[in-house]
Amino acid sequence: MTYIAKPKFHHPGLKKNELGYTHRDYEGKISTLCAGCGHDSITASIIEACYELSIEPHRVAKISGIGCSSKTPDYFLGNSHGFNSVHGRMPSVLTGANLANRDLIYLGVSGDGDSASIGFGQFAHSIRRGVNMTYIVENNGVYGLTKGQFSATADRGSKSKKGVTNTDNAIDLVAIALQLGATFVARSFSGDKTQLVPLIAAAIRHKGASFIDVISPCIAFNNHAGSTKSFDYVREHNDAVNRLDVLVGRDPIAVDYAPGTVQMVEQHDGSRIALRKIDADYDPHDRLGAQTFLARHAAKGQIVTGLLYVDPDADDLHEHLNTVETPLNTLEADTLCPGSAALDKFNASLR
Amino acid sequence: MSDKKPISSVNDFVVRFANVNGSGSASANEMFARAILRHGVPVSPRNIFPSNIQGLPTWYEVRVTEDGHLGARGGVDMMVAMNPQTWDKDVAGIEPGGYLFYDSTKPMPSTKFRDDITVIGVPLTAITNSTYTDPRQRQLFKNIIYLGALSALLDMDPKLIEQLIGEQYKGKEKLLSSNVHALHLGRDWALQNLKCPTGLRVKKSDKVGDRIFIEGNSAAALGAVYGGATVCAWYPITPSSSVAEAFTAHCKKYRHDPETGKAKYAIVQGEDELASIGIVIGASWNGARAFTATSGPGISLMTEFIGLSYFAEIPAVIMNIQRAGPSTGMPTRTQQCDIIACAYASHGDTKHVLLFPEDPAEAFEFAAAAFDLAERLQTTIFLMLDLDIGMNHRLCRPLKWDDARQYDRGKIMTAEMLDEGRDFGRYLDVDGDGIPYRTYPGTHPTKGSYFTRGTSRDRYARYSEEGSVYADNMQRLMRKFESAQDMVPRPLQANAERPTKYGVIYFGSTSPAMDEAIGLLDVRGHQLDRLRIRAFPFHSSVASFLAEHDFVYVVEQNRDSQLRQLIVNENGIDPVRLVPIVHYDGSPITARFIAKAIGDHQDHLKVTPLRKAVS
Repeated sequence: MTYIAKPKFHHPGLKKNELGYTHRDYEGKISTLCAGCGHDSITASIIEACYELSIEPHRVAKISGIGCSSKTPDYFLGNSHGFNSVHGRMPSVLTGANLANRDLIYLGVSGDGDSASIGFGQFAHSIRRGVNMTYIVENNGVYGLTKGQFSATADRGSKSKKGVTNTDNAIDLVAIALQLGATFVARSFSGDKTQLVPLIAAAIRHKGASFIDVISPCIAFNNHAGSTKSFDYVREHNDAVNRLDVLVGRDPIAVDYAPGTVQMVEQHDGSRIALRKIDADYDPHDRLGAQTFLARHAAKGQIVTGLLYVDPDADDLHEHLNTVETPLNTLEADTLCPGSAALDKFNASLR
Repeated sequence: MSDKKPISSVNDFVVRFANVNGSGSASANEMFARAILRHGVPVSPRNIFPSNIQGLPTWYEVRVTEDGHLGARGGVDMMVAMNPQTWDKDVAGIEPGGYLFYDSTKPMPSTKFRDDITVIGVPLTAITNSTYTDPRQRQLFKNIIYLGALSALLDMDPKLIEQLIGEQYKGKEKLLSSNVHALHLGRDWALQNLKCPTGLRVKKSDKVGDRIFIEGNSAAALGAVYGGATVCAWYPITPSSSVAEAFTAHCKKYRHDPETGKAKYAIVQGEDELASIGIVIGASWNGARAFTATSGPGISLMTEFIGLSYFAEIPAVIMNIQRAGPSTGMPTRTQQCDIIACAYASHGDTKHVLLFPEDPAEAFEFAAAAFDLAERLQTTIFLMLDLDIGMNHRLCRPLKWDDARQYDRGKIMTAEMLDEGRDFGRYLDVDGDGIPYRTYPGTHPTKGSYFTRGTSRDRYARYSEEGSVYADNMQRLMRKFESAQDMVPRPLQANAERPTKYGVIYFGSTSPAMDEAIGLLDVRGHQLDRLRIRAFPFHSSVASFLAEHDFVYVVEQNRDSQLRQLIVNENGIDPVRLVPIVHYDGSPITARFIAKAIGDHQDHLKVTPLRKAVS
């Protein structure tokens, strides 16, 4: 729905990353979402994270379902292939794409309707299988494109714009992801890019199922008093356990961290996450501890954000299936077809 | 005691085994069928089984047919009645003059038998109990003991059965010798106590040739291996589960790197059919050959994704092993009832390519071809099997493969082509065949990327709600479907000996029954030209065939004559000239049924002149 063409020129002095790409190379079409939409901030964060990681844009496959959030892949990484698939079915499409070519980076973008309602099953099963992906839910607690119905992540007791009180219990996708064995679990807020950008970068570098729940207020239908997904509410109740910096390659640690305040996590690919602790007792390697911590804080109405759990040595679906290193989509008849001699033998065994 | 002369027949009869599900009878019964094949005599076996694991009745029917009629015949010449639950029905189903084989350990009242059949009692339980103490052994060997007794009653060569046992238990000496022992226990008892052979006899012949004995599901799965499928996603559903299971087994055998042991395939059991087709579409979008196998209820669930595959033009192969619907229907009974559901699957204007193999050999060929077609046409290809072909062993010609054959990966725009400056429009019809070029994700740093979506878009994949842009795309999809006509397997025509104004159209598993029915109809004086349809969209020869005949029977295994509807709809012809011949009780269609239905209609068509009727 982009009617305005985005100008291609940019300032010659625009900063370049290691690959020589500027920010602009990671951008997409002009967003058609409402002005001030939280989702656009997430889009900007994805662009920033990919720029900082010096990812070749075309090596990313961005896959989404249906809804406001699922439109956003059109607004970043314009030189990547994107797939705006079927409502609630991003996880299966992404799983299949990942099986076909293990060499690309898979970015799944979904919303709360897409992942917690119609696609709750697919969300759960893709996490269970350990698909190597970064799964981002842009969570606003409401159906935006159909004008303001509650979604399954809307908190019980929260009020809709029309004044209706939600009586259903909310699904906490982070809690579910932890239970299902996601090996990178985080929550953030679209209004807090300093926390979100490194989380996305760390998730992309993580091997295995990474899940990020980003609370992203809907400016049009869920940003009023009584909503628990409004900018004001989330700012007031945001309880960040940590903030992080992602260090790739041989980067020296640029920041001087006060002793005892930082936990270094080295991921499978050699990248490091410097976790700046806010809650001194929070241990992001303790899955069970994370679950209890979340439940305790949720009961108090607090929204826990940060890197909640990470298993730096996780494996993925390809390892479970023991697939060859070569992407399956590059194999041809010479390696795939057993040939006529094998067939003659097979025939002989059936007489 | 028989009123009727016992049936006497060599190499042409039907034996039906009535068993209890889960009693281990299946392997003994299958061995019986294979043993007859080893005599050089064709057989056509069929499993008639319930949707159950243990306890419910199950039947295994073996048609012994020197003439090679592989369709179901109907009627039973010898009933091996091993299930008290179904005794009455089983006994009632025997042809007059037929034979009843039963376990005579417990005496049965004479009212439980019939006067017009030959009753053969063998004290199976007594023999097993006196030989074996372990209950499971008693159960399993009882099956081999009746196999031994039958070998004597039907004059079979025991050496050939021993050979089969030897192959089955190769390297397991103890099992091998105990099975051979059990075989002879039954055989010796029958030879000593009964009149052997009966009127039904197996005589060595040479009618099997180099044919193989295989289930359609296994053959289709092997076709997927040969056709280069690397991703399989599936959800268990009868009668299709054995496709994925066979694909797994074939891949374990043929698709592991000999050095690293790594798999050149990925198989995922999805959480449902939606996930299965989603995985297939994701993998195909990304350039792998992918398929799923399912049955009717799975097709219903997949329809949204099938529409996406059609509209966003993503290859997919769906093997539909049809069973009796609607809803859960009869999960273990056969039908050809998803023709319309698949041909027009999904909302909006859609049309899909269907392939109709007649037997396992064609299931193998068409399965491999389906992947070429899917990538060439960038859409869903349905391989339409049914339970009758899929889950029964069928004698068919050996599978063949040309080693020079390369996969047709369709129109793929590569990085080199993009660098040469080729104009890439994902939905641009550059060749006039309606088929656009596609790029794989990750092809080029700056060229060739596009956004795949189920919403309307222009030739360059840009979102658009312009009516003319939408219509332009829909018309191109129509052109593409027309192009498919000449790519799919063509119908096969076989004309009657004498010129005739009557024709018959049939497809899929109806083939052997139809071929046999032609002979029966000939006896009644009816000549018919035959056209076996092998794919949808219909080739132009279908329209010619219709034009050349006054009446065309359309024989199929569903209530609503779905193929006929499709023919009428797609060819815009007068439906009156297409006579539906439908069989839909869940059992495989028989030659007797077809010959009677067509014969009766033909008799009606012979109008008696008015004057003659009045005088």
